[in-house]
Amino acid sequence: MAGGIKKFVVGSFDDEKVLFPAVKNVRKAGYKIHDVYTPFPVHGLDHAMGIRETSLHTAGFIYAITGTTTALTFMSWVFTKDWPLNIGGKPNFALPAWIPITFELTVLFSAVGMVLTFCYLCNLAPFVKKHHFHPRATDDLFVMVIECTDKTNDAEVQSFLQTAGAQEINVQEAETGWWIGRYHKEQKLYKEEKGY
Amino acid sequence: MDHQFQLPGSYKKWTYGLIGAGVIALLYGFIMFHPFAHAGHGENVNSTRFWAVLLQNSVFFLLVVNAAMFFICVTTMAMGGWVVAFRRVSEAISSVVPILGVITFVILMAIVFGDRTDIYHWLDKEAVANDHILNGKKGFLNPMFFSIWSFITIFLWWFLGKKMRSMSLESDKQGTMDYETGKKWIWNNTVWASLYSIVFTLTVASTIPWLWLMSIDAHWYSTMYSWYTFASTFVSGVSLIALYVIYLKNRGQLEYVTEEHLHDLGKFMFAFSIFWTYLWFSQYMLIWYSNQPEETKYFVERIGTATKAGPYKGIFFFNLIINFLCPLLILMKKGTKRNWTMVTVMAVLIIFGHWVDFFQMVMPGTLHEHYSLGFYEFGIGALFVGLIMWGTGRYLSKHSLLARNHPFLKESMIHHT
Repeated sequence: MAGGIKKFVVGSFDDEKVLFPAVKNVRKAGYKIHDVYTPFPVHGLDHAMGIRETSLHTAGFIYAITGTTTALTFMSWVFTKDWPLNIGGKPNFALPAWIPITFELTVLFSAVGMVLTFCYLCNLAPFVKKHHFHPRATDDLFVMVIECTDKTNDAEVQSFLQTAGAQEINVQEAETGWWIGRYHKEQKLYKEEKGY
Repeated sequence: MDHQFQLPGSYKKWTYGLIGAGVIALLYGFIMFHPFAHAGHGENVNSTRFWAVLLQNSVFFLLVVNAAMFFICVTTMAMGGWVVAFRRVSEAISSVVPILGVITFVILMAIVFGDRTDIYHWLDKEAVANDHILNGKKGFLNPMFFSIWSFITIFLWWFLGKKMRSMSLESDKQGTMDYETGKKWIWNNTVWASLYSIVFTLTVASTIPWLWLMSIDAHWYSTMYSWYTFASTFVSGVSLIALYVIYLKNRGQLEYVTEEHLHDLGKFMFAFSIFWTYLWFSQYMLIWYSNQPEETKYFVERIGTATKAGPYKGIFFFNLIINFLCPLLILMKKGTKRNWTMVTVMAVLIIFGHWVDFFQMVMPGTLHEHYSLGFYEFGIGALFVGLIMWGTGRYLSKHSLLARNHPFLKESMIHHT
């Protein structure tokens, strides 16, 4: 395991209305939010956390054009160079007939590629065990996880979370990475936000 | 919130300028093209041109403004709250349906009862009697059915659209609705929207394109033609809504419309451009693949054969580039869909592209290689654009721009994609 063990302060919230200002205040105080685990997608949370826009769709576009080129080059090579056949009197370079297959390969490449990339970005893979900070994060709690460095005073963070409205607070040590390496979520510092 | 939007002088100037240019073009055509000259096929090219251009423009722009009402109805049925912030804009555009409907009906009747066999081949009684295929279609393609069905169609579009608009306008007077009233109001809207959509299915999505456009090539038929027409006009309709939303936003109106709404309108433009291409391609590919002479005729008239290029080859592929490639590549990025300038550019491009699409649907069967794309064509286009601007502007300056008592207003205000 390449990631290494780190210390985290975990605070659980039971209300979105409390969570949003808490996220803001935690970032304002200069703590690094490792992640916020929610039972359902929360609109605007990614902006509040200052996570940069994902580039998954750019990857998807690249996979898609790879699929398009693969389909077109392969079919044109097969039907015009390698094994030309007369099919229904159509020209060997029968572009309209290839469009459906090209489309399918485009979709297939982008879909499979994006799923794999997504798994990589989220550190998900078969047999990789992820640490759960709170089991109720999949049920009814919003779980905010703050990463500690050696300089962080975790007691201070805990009391900070207390005032921010967290219901349950504890400190956990967890493995963050996996076998290929870690994907650091880039975050904007609160100072860089507009209107700071 | 209660102030009334006043049309700026520049808007009025453009409206009357376009209508003026259009009327000049129409008079020019009326005097120079001998519109009532003998209608034999290919005998009086100018006379054919006069009617063909009127047919193309009136049908295209009528279906475009009608698509604005369909947009309201589908979002109503799908409980789509996000459109409420600019719902009045779509209503305003759809309020042009009766104006263009009457004009289109007059043009269609002039063509049918003026025995314009150069436009609709099936009007030629002698040809129908000696033609096995046309004879078989006689029950559907005859002046009586054509005019009655066209009349019913335009009447129902007007009537059901009017009902949808008046329900929305009445809600302005009532004040904020409580839960029960709001529920009942939404239910009534849903019922009328469903009725409209059923009529829409029976007309735009099936019979009307067959009658008004496909019957130009009376021998030929395609089961995808109506959907193709629908996709063409719907994407133009959504683009027109987007244009008006951006225009009003620029004028400091529509305070609750944000980038999020623009993003979703952009998604509609993107998605329906792809949908249009899907139908374009399916229609083309099946005909190309089976290679039956009576089916390929449609494309031979346009793009020609392998040895001889057809007169519409350039327009045909230009059409594919601006209606498919440009929206695909430009509107794909999230950034462009949220960029007011880019969406404006794309909306204008899409509307123009589908106008060209209708050009290549009408002209090959009527004018063959004698088509032209000049002052008269663009002038008539300007006339209809001016009429749409006039009708839309009239509605916008008469009613509140915000359906402020709509139960879904808040959902629209906090809309987030």
